[in-house]
Amino acid sequence: MDEKERATLPATDSGLALNRRNFLRGGAAAGALVAGAAAAKAEGTPDPLITEKQPWATGWGDGVDATPYGLPIRFEGDVIRRNVEWLTADVISSINFTPIHALDGTITPAGCAFERHHSGAIELAKEDYRLMIHGLVDKPLVFTYEDLERFPRVNRTYFLECAANTGMEWAGAQLNGAQFTHGMIHNMEYSGVTLRTLLEEAGVKPEGKWIYVEGADASSNGRSIPIEKALDDCLVAFKANGEALRKEHGYPVRLCVPGWEGNMWVKWLRRVEVTDQAVESREETSKYTDTLADGTSRKWTWVMDAKSVVTSPSPQSPIKHGKGPLVITGLAWSGRGAITAVDVSIDGGKTWTEARLAAPGQKMALTRFYLDIEWDGSEMLLQSRATDETGYVQPTKKQLRDVRGENSVYHNNCIQTWWVKENGEAENVEVS
Amino acid sequence: MSKFRNLLIGAAIVAPLAAPAYAEGFGLGREALPEEIAAWNLDVSPDGTGLPVGSGSVEDGEYLFSDKCAVCHGEFAEGVDNWPKLAGGEDTLARKDPIKTVGSYWPYLSTVWDYAHRSMPFGDAQSLTVDETYAITAYIIYSNNLVDDDFVLSNENFLEVEMPNADGFIIDDRAETEYPNFTNRCMENCKENVEITMRAAVLDVTPEEEGAEEAAAETPAETEVAAAEEAAPAAEAPAAEAAPAAAAALNPALVAAGETVFKKCKACHQVGPDAKNKVGPVLNGLIGRSIASVDGFKYSPAMKAKADEGFVWTEETVAAYLKDPKGYIPKNKMSFAGLKKDEDIAAVIAYIESNAQ
Repeated sequence: MDEKERATLPATDSGLALNRRNFLRGGAAAGALVAGAAAAKAEGTPDPLITEKQPWATGWGDGVDATPYGLPIRFEGDVIRRNVEWLTADVISSINFTPIHALDGTITPAGCAFERHHSGAIELAKEDYRLMIHGLVDKPLVFTYEDLERFPRVNRTYFLECAANTGMEWAGAQLNGAQFTHGMIHNMEYSGVTLRTLLEEAGVKPEGKWIYVEGADASSNGRSIPIEKALDDCLVAFKANGEALRKEHGYPVRLCVPGWEGNMWVKWLRRVEVTDQAVESREETSKYTDTLADGTSRKWTWVMDAKSVVTSPSPQSPIKHGKGPLVITGLAWSGRGAITAVDVSIDGGKTWTEARLAAPGQKMALTRFYLDIEWDGSEMLLQSRATDETGYVQPTKKQLRDVRGENSVYHNNCIQTWWVKENGEAENVEVS
Repeated sequence: MSKFRNLLIGAAIVAPLAAPAYAEGFGLGREALPEEIAAWNLDVSPDGTGLPVGSGSVEDGEYLFSDKCAVCHGEFAEGVDNWPKLAGGEDTLARKDPIKTVGSYWPYLSTVWDYAHRSMPFGDAQSLTVDETYAITAYIIYSNNLVDDDFVLSNENFLEVEMPNADGFIIDDRAETEYPNFTNRCMENCKENVEITMRAAVLDVTPEEEGAEEAAAETPAETEVAAAEEAAPAAEAPAAEAAPAAAAALNPALVAAGETVFKKCKACHQVGPDAKNKVGPVLNGLIGRSIASVDGFKYSPAMKAKADEGFVWTEETVAAYLKDPKGYIPKNKMSFAGLKKDEDIAAVIAYIESNAQ
């Protein structure tokens, strides 16, 4: 295929799919792409994309309203959530993954932000929405959606990470792609009312030490949260990234529990009960607990520790341009505050270079980092390592296993390694 | 006077009025009524708070469990496929790949009662009565050898049941065991050698992003599959039209018996005027329709492959499928063991046919 054909060929779904497959499989395909990029720059041959009139430069494009609510252009059709079918018994109680390998910046577009449901994403209209606050309060209250919109509102940007993110990697390198190893995360700007405002409206009694929050869906997904956290920074959100929450993210109202495991961010929030003890629900006993080597299990492991990952290059985002200038980029976050530094290693952790943060770290929000290097075309064992404002340094998998053993699932925040090969393709590996 | 000044004056007047109101709260929302709190406040705590008066026997629980739970959790609570195992796994927590069940792992019985009552059966939550919940809970602990087969669980003896792993949990200790150790931000000469010890590609469990295209390459082209799916409603139409006559001929007693049998299907399938796709597809008009043809349902590759063969659901094929779902169409995702009795199969087909539209 010459360059002209490549440029004018309709990017059919199958064409895209073929490219995606090649990207994943790497090898021959990556080689071909490198050659293609080189050909476009061939000396002496004028680029027909420049010298020939192109259809898009002579005819019309779409009029306004072609898409009343826009979706990404079709060439980006592979930037989508994906699931791993063998993980769960069915899709109703399951999870999929954010395509972090293909995104940049820090805000996750809602349409590709991962989903996790325990009884499916329900359809709950604003007019059918009720929020009850009761238990150890002066006055039990019921709010409608409209009531919530009349309280003073705040905007906050937070990451939400599932406790099981990277969990499949605990026993060893398994899934080949940042989307699958680290994609149970998203980062959105929420608008809503602080939970404190609502609790104060009801009046928390002195003996109220916990809240129990649950959703309106069949799973209810009840969780107990200490009253200190509830009054500190929890948010009852109804907008994300400026628009109404998506159905799959809890429309019309969800709870944000900044820095804590995603399971606590109850969607379709319908009830906040102030109690004097933890309820010890299914989600906080049989699940989301961490079994150690001796069989003892940790409970109430709510906070998500500092973590980072290189999103590109990575297995789904290989280097296609050959040696020379290369942008290494990724994400870092901490549930215990702001990211203060991210270091990158290309030799599997022998030496580290401090990366550039795209913006100063924000508390409990994703931080984008970049390291711009001159790649010499040789193999790399690419890693990133986050440090947060408490001085905590992201550990290796070995460091975590030394404490927890090999049966843990949740809260795996270890350093990730991508083996980038000479042809630019990358593979998920574990190193000594 | 400019509009801008008007606004300023307006704000100045509003502010002093609003401030005192805030001190008393915002006055938003309304008081929750006792009946409303009772309807939603269902959670049960380890000390028995929230546990309603009632009881249920292991014997009743076995029947209920078989009817409502066994399709996913297995007749003996041993779990089907990837669905949760509720029994077994004793003494496995410290070994590789622990088996976490109610008996081996769950610290509190209240959690079992609470979750079953509030969120089970899957797809039909909040349908269990208080006594049924006691009975099912009793059967689950019986399956874990924690009580005898004549045991009756009630709110009065609930706290006497000893859970084997009640003392198996500690509160998050990362602040002591991890945080002090994870502070070394080494920049140079951090280790001497680096070797690759494990590769994801060797394990090869990453999902193919283009599974559909792969399947298409092996069998018919994708466009043909799509065409076959689009053609399905047309093929269905004559069957649907013929249905009223067929329904009229159905034996009412058989249909009634089938409705009872259908309870086993109800956790995943709906049939009738308001039926929607759930874990399984809608079954309205099943007899006579092409396999894997319900709009909006994500079929397994196994079902789609059958569609490519032109497979159609008839009374005979549905009967064969229900007799042995995994054997008849291998690798399909319906996690149902099948119906043993031919009369149950005939009855449930009659019931489905009575909902042809």
